[in-house]
Amino acid sequence: MNSLIRNTARCLRSGAAVYMPRQADGRVWTSSARFLCAAADVQKALGDIVQKDKVVVFMKGTPAQPMCGFSNAVVQILRMHGVDDYASYNVLEDSELREGVKAFSNWPTIPQVYFSGEFVGGCDILLQMHQNGDLVEELKKCGISSSLLEAEKESK
Amino acid sequence: MAITADHIRDKLTKELAAVHVDVEDTSPNRCAASYKVLVVSSQFEGKPLLQRHRLVNTCLAEELKEIHAFEQKTLTPEQWEKQKAQ
Repeated sequence: MNSLIRNTARCLRSGAAVYMPRQADGRVWTSSARFLCAAADVQKALGDIVQKDKVVVFMKGTPAQPMCGFSNAVVQILRMHGVDDYASYNVLEDSELREGVKAFSNWPTIPQVYFSGEFVGGCDILLQMHQNGDLVEELKKCGISSSLLEAEKESK
Repeated sequence: MAITADHIRDKLTKELAAVHVDVEDTSPNRCAASYKVLVVSSQFEGKPLLQRHRLVNTCLAEELKEIHAFEQKTLTPEQWEKQKAQ
């Protein structure tokens, strides 16, 4: 009962605010307008966000200006593979997104990486996938050819 | 409650039947805010990286609420032997 009251109160407070996390590169996510009444809506929005782009990164800061070493590592790894065109979301700008994505992915830390709507992992996993070659394969699965692969071909 | 390296080591050893655990406090002033762990357990066998990390995250779910940054490496005993030999 208490939680019901809280949710209702929150609904009233947020009024007609639309839950619309801003993408770090300035593009704004404008799917169908949703009225934020509960965390459930954030979860639903996240479901759309991760499906919308082939590569999605939830990070602290932006690719141009990462605000944390782990987020920076993810940006650098993707850059090494020539992956520049991805959707990134700055969780520092949106506390609802920051907590929401942790619940959505069932993953306690930021950054978080998604390929084709599938959760890949955080910084450690991406780094190890980079080191063992899995990253090239996973990128290929979502139709992205790693520039490291191209460089390898040329040197042969 | 400050989370100690010993506490993390004990919990991972017990709950994941880890045969080896390294815990390093990586916070600049050793303030127990960030940790780097290496976990070696036969429970990781046949499991992809993501699943292994999820096992560790689940084991330390309460602790991770307090810890600011957390790095992990998860190896099977076989992988651990190989790495040591290198």
